[in-house]
Amino acid sequence: MTGKPPQITMVQALNQAIDEAMAEDDGVFCLGEDVAAKQGGGVFKVTSGLTEKYGTHRIRATPISETAIVGAAVGAALAGQRPIAEIMLMNFVGVCMDQIVNHAAKLRFMSGGQTNVPLVIRTTTGVGVGFGGQHSDMLEAWFAHVAGIRVVTPSNAADAKGLMRSAIDSNDPVIFIENILCYGLKSDDPGPGYRVPLGEAAIAREGSDVSLITYGRTVLDALAIADEMASVGISVEVVDLRTIAPYDEETVLASVRKTGRAITLHEAVRPYGTGAEMAATIHEKLWGKLKAPVLRIGGTFSPVPFVAALEQAWIPTKPEIVAAIRSSMENG
Amino acid sequence: MAADQLRDAPSRAEIDRATLRDIYTRTMKVNRTDEKFRALLMEGKVAVMYYCVRGQELVSAAAMTALTDDDYVVCTYRGQGEQTAKGIPAEKWWAECLGKVTGTCKGKGGTMHITYPEKGIMVTTGVVGSGLPIANGLAMASQNNGDGRVTMVSFGDGAANIGGFHEAMNMAALYQLPIVFLCQNNRYGEHTAFADHTASPSIADRAAGYGMRSIHVDGNDVHQMYNAAKLAVDRARAGEGPTLIEAMCYRMMGHFFGADFSYMPPEHLAEMKAEDPLPKLRAVMLDRQFTEAELDDIVAQIDAEIDTAVARALAADFPDPHELKVDVFEEEMP
Repeated sequence: MTGKPPQITMVQALNQAIDEAMAEDDGVFCLGEDVAAKQGGGVFKVTSGLTEKYGTHRIRATPISETAIVGAAVGAALAGQRPIAEIMLMNFVGVCMDQIVNHAAKLRFMSGGQTNVPLVIRTTTGVGVGFGGQHSDMLEAWFAHVAGIRVVTPSNAADAKGLMRSAIDSNDPVIFIENILCYGLKSDDPGPGYRVPLGEAAIAREGSDVSLITYGRTVLDALAIADEMASVGISVEVVDLRTIAPYDEETVLASVRKTGRAITLHEAVRPYGTGAEMAATIHEKLWGKLKAPVLRIGGTFSPVPFVAALEQAWIPTKPEIVAAIRSSMENG
Repeated sequence: MAADQLRDAPSRAEIDRATLRDIYTRTMKVNRTDEKFRALLMEGKVAVMYYCVRGQELVSAAAMTALTDDDYVVCTYRGQGEQTAKGIPAEKWWAECLGKVTGTCKGKGGTMHITYPEKGIMVTTGVVGSGLPIANGLAMASQNNGDGRVTMVSFGDGAANIGGFHEAMNMAALYQLPIVFLCQNNRYGEHTAFADHTASPSIADRAAGYGMRSIHVDGNDVHQMYNAAKLAVDRARAGEGPTLIEAMCYRMMGHFFGADFSYMPPEHLAEMKAEDPLPKLRAVMLDRQFTEAELDDIVAQIDAEIDTAVARALAADFPDPHELKVDVFEEEMP
C-alpha cells in the first residue's frame, strides 16, 4: 500500500484528544460559552460532535460568566473530576484571574497537598486576524509567573493532540493556549492515545550556528526563516518549547551549549516576556560559552492594533528575525 | 415562578433532642475555640491573623449539623465556625492555625486556608466571594457523578456585592445544582455597615432575580436556623436545586482580632448583646429538659479537648523549608 497517511487539522486534533479522554474517563467534561451542540460546538468547533456522544452534562454550555466557569472547573477538579474549561479568547482571562491565580494555582500548596486541581483551561488568541486590542494578546507570561500553573501551547496539529491528552492527564492546572491562525494546520494523524509529555521541548529543526527558541505560531516563522538562512550558509536550530512553563530548561541549554548563540522569539510583547526569563537563565548558566549575547524578539510594546497595516508591523517581522540572526552571527 | 413563590417561610418546628444536643455541642465548640484563640492572642502566646466568630457560632453550628460528613463545605477566612463544627479534629485545626507541620495543611495554609477533605472542608478562601463559584463546581461534580453529596458555601453580606456571587447564583439556578448558599449577614462587610454597602434591604430578596429559592431567618434562633438549613440541604439532595439562606446575625468583634470596632454605634452594640445566640440557645436547651450540669459538662469536655490540642500544637514543630518545594506541582520542585 502506498499513499499519504491520513491528515488532521489542529481543530480535529484537539477534538479527538478531548473525545478520547472523555470516552476513557467519565470524570472528564467540558464547560464554556457556546461549547455544546445547540450553540454550534464552540466558536472554533473544537467541541463539535461531542454533545451528541456525551450529553449536555459533560458538554456544558455556560452563561457568559468566566469567573463562574473557571470557579466551577476548580471545584469539580477538587472533587476528582477532570474539567476542561473553555475561555473563549485569552484576553477574557482578565475576568477570572482570581480563580486561576489565587485558587487553581495555589490550592494544592495551601492545602498541604490534600487537594489538587486537575483542570485544563483551553483558550485561544492570535495576532494577525484583525481582532484588535481585546481579542488578540498572548498572555502566557502572566501565568508563567505564578507557581503552580503549567502553560502549554502547540505549534502543529500532532502536538496539539498529544499535548491536550497530557494536559487532561495532568494532576496540576494547565493553561492550554491555542492560536486562531493555527487551527487549520495539518499534521499526519498520530493515532489514538497519542501523548506529548508536558515539560518537554522539541527540536523542530536541527542546526549548529544559532538556537531560535520559540513556541506556538512563531515556530512556523522560525522554520521558514531557518530554511532561508540555510541557503546562505547559516544553520539555525529551532527549539519549540511546547510547554512554556515550567519550560524544558535542559533542552534549551543543551541547544545553546551546542550553538553558542541564542535568540528567543514570541508573539507576546517583549518586555517582561518569557524570552527575558530564558535569556537570563542562558546567560547565568552558559556565560563564557556564549559566542554572542542572547537576543530577544517579541511583539511591540503597545496594545495590539486593529488594521492589518499596523498589525503586521506589530508582530515580530521576518526582517527583524533575520536581522537578529545576522547580528548574533557577527559575534564570534 | 413569581418571586413570592420562591421564598420559604422560616420554621419554628420542634427539633428532636438528639439533634439539639448536637447543635449545642457544635455551637459551644465554635465558641470555646473562639474564646481560646482570643485569649492566646491577648496573652501574646500567638501572633497570627484571626477573624473572630463571636456572635455567629449558632449559624455555623446549626448549618453544619444539617450536613453529613461527606457533604462538601466551602468557607471563608471567617470560617472557624464551619471548620470546627464540621468536625476537623481540634489538634489538627489548632496546629494549622499556629503554622505547625502537624496541621491540616502542614502549616502552609494557615488560618485563612484551612482545608480538610476528610470532613468535607474543601476550600477556605481568603478572597471575599471567591468561594461561591468553586462551590458550584463541587456541586457540579456531584450532579455529574450522582454521589448524592450536597455542597454548602458560607459567606458574608459583603460577598453579595462581588461579581462572582452573581455569576455563581445564576449558574447554580440554571443547572439546578445540589448546593446551599449560606449568607451569614453579620451586618458588616469588613468595616462598612450593611446599609453603607448595600441599597437593597435583604440579600435573600436577590435570589428571586436568579430564579432561585430563598429563606430569610434569624440566625440567632436555633429553630429557624436549623430548620432552614435542613430544608435547603434536603431540597438540594433531592435534586430540587439550590437555596439561598440569609441568616441574620451579629459580628460581635471587629473585622479581625485587634481591629478597631468603635465605628459600631452604641445602639447596634446593645442590639447585638440582646440577641446573643448563646444565652438564647442555653434557654432553649433548659426548656427542653437538658440540665445545667449536663450542658456544663459538654462545655468542660470541649475545653479539655481544646487545651490538649493547643498544648500539642504549641509543642509541635514548624515545617521544614524543604516544604517550599513540595505541593507546588505534583512532582517536587528541583
